[in-house]
Amino acid sequence: MNLTLHVWRQKGPQDKGKLETYPAKGVSEDQSFLEMLDDVNEELIKSGKDPIAFDHDCREGICGMCSQVINGKPHGGQERTTVCQLHMREFNDGDELFIEPWRARAFPIHKDLIVDRTALEMVMQAGGYTSCHTGGVADGNALLIPKPVADYAMDAAECIGCGACVASCPNSSAMLYTSAKVSQLAVLPQGKGEAKARVKEMTDAMQNEGFGNCTNHYECQEACPKGISVKFIAKLNREYMKSMA
Amino acid sequence: MHLITSTVGRKLLMAVSGLMLVGFITVHLMGNLSVFAGADAINIYAEKLHSLGPLVWVFRLAMLGLFAVHIGFGIQLSMENRRANPESYAIKQKLKTTFAAESMLYTGLVLLAFLIYHLLHFTVQITNPEISAHQLPLDAAMRLDVFSMVVMSFQKVFIALVYIVAMCALFLHLSHGLSSWVQTLGWNNGESQDKVVLIGRLVAVVFGLAYIAIPFLILVRFVK
Repeated sequence: MNLTLHVWRQKGPQDKGKLETYPAKGVSEDQSFLEMLDDVNEELIKSGKDPIAFDHDCREGICGMCSQVINGKPHGGQERTTVCQLHMREFNDGDELFIEPWRARAFPIHKDLIVDRTALEMVMQAGGYTSCHTGGVADGNALLIPKPVADYAMDAAECIGCGACVASCPNSSAMLYTSAKVSQLAVLPQGKGEAKARVKEMTDAMQNEGFGNCTNHYECQEACPKGISVKFIAKLNREYMKSMA
Repeated sequence: MHLITSTVGRKLLMAVSGLMLVGFITVHLMGNLSVFAGADAINIYAEKLHSLGPLVWVFRLAMLGLFAVHIGFGIQLSMENRRANPESYAIKQKLKTTFAAESMLYTGLVLLAFLIYHLLHFTVQITNPEISAHQLPLDAAMRLDVFSMVVMSFQKVFIALVYIVAMCALFLHLSHGLSSWVQTLGWNNGESQDKVVLIGRLVAVVFGLAYIAIPFLILVRFVK
C-alpha cells in the first residue's frame, strides 16, 4: 500500500520545526510502523536528505522509547500497543498519517520525533527507591506477599515509562506515571518504609520538572500502551492524605 | 504548608471546596424551588433567612472563603497547566475527556461573573431597582415581596436568559466536578470509575434542569 506521511521535522531543541510531507510507497501490511519508517528513511538517505530521527530500542513493546503521536493518538491509538508493535495492517492504502513527537514542556524535543524524557527519571529518582539489606541475597520466599497484593503491584509495575500519559494529557501531567510508581511501592512490604515521604517527594518532583496538574480527564488511561488504570491516581491521592496524617 | 503548594494538596482543596459549594447550591436550590409553592412559601422562607441576623454574615463570610479557595486555586492550577502544555499538536484526538472537563476554567469564570451579577440583582438589588423587593409594596402579611421580585425579574427576557445561560454553565461545570471529587478524594477503584462518572453526569442534569426550570417557567408565564 501507499501512504502519505506528514512528519514533524525539527533540527534541534532550538529549531522551530515544521511538518514535512513524504510518500511511503510499497508498504507491506506485515511491517511494523517503525519498519515502515526505516524504509522511508532509506529512500530519504538515497535522495541525499536527512533521515527522520526517531527513538526505538527493543522493538518488542517494553522499552518505552518510541514516543510518537500518530494522527492525534499517542502510539497510534491501538489498545495496549506501542508504536513498534503497531502494524501497518491497521492502516489502509492512501491513508494520510500525521506523525508528531510527544508535546509537553517537560519533554523538550531533541530532534524530529525524539524527545528528552529525563524529567520522568527525575520523578523516579525523587522517591522510587526502597531501603534494603546489603550483603547476602535474601531467600526469595522469606517475605510473604499475598497474591492480590502482588497482582496489584504488578499491574502498576507494568508501566514502561514511555510518557504517552503525558503526551495525551491536556495538562501535560505525569500523574499516571507517578501514581503507578507510588502505588506499586506503597502496597509492597519493601516499600512501606518510605511510603509517606515518597508520595510527597515524587509529586513535588513532578511539579518541579514542569509537568502540569492532574484534573481527572482520564486521557492517560486510554493512551497507556500498558493499560495502567487511573485507579492508581486515586491510590496516590489516598497515599497523599495518609502522608498528611 | 505542603497542602497549598503541592499539586495533590491543591487538587484536594479544589475537591473539598467544590463539594462544599455543591452543598450550598443544593440548599439554595431547595429554597428557590419554594417559588413553585406560591408567593407565601418563598416570602416566608426569605423572611426566615433574614431573621437569622449575624448568622447570615457568618455564613456569607464562610461562602466568601470557599469561593476564594475554589476560584483562586482553580485559576492558579489552570495557569500552571497551560504553561506545562505550550505547544499543541497538528492533530489531537480526544480519547476520554469531554468538552465539560476541558472547559472547567471557562464555565467557572462564567459562573463567577454570574455570581457577581446575581448578588447585585437579588441581594444588593441595584441592577433593576424598580422591581426590587425593597421598592415593591409589602405582601399581605407585611413581608418583603420576594416572590413578585423574582417573577417580575424573570418575566424580562434579558434577565431570564442571563440566568438560563449561567445555569447551563453550572450544568457543564458540575458534569465534570460531580465525579471528579470522588477520584480526587481517592474513593475510586477500577470498577467504580465509569459508574461514578455516569452518576455524576446524571446528578448534574438534575441540578441543571431544576435550576433552569425557575427562570424558564416564569419566562413562559407558567408561574405568575
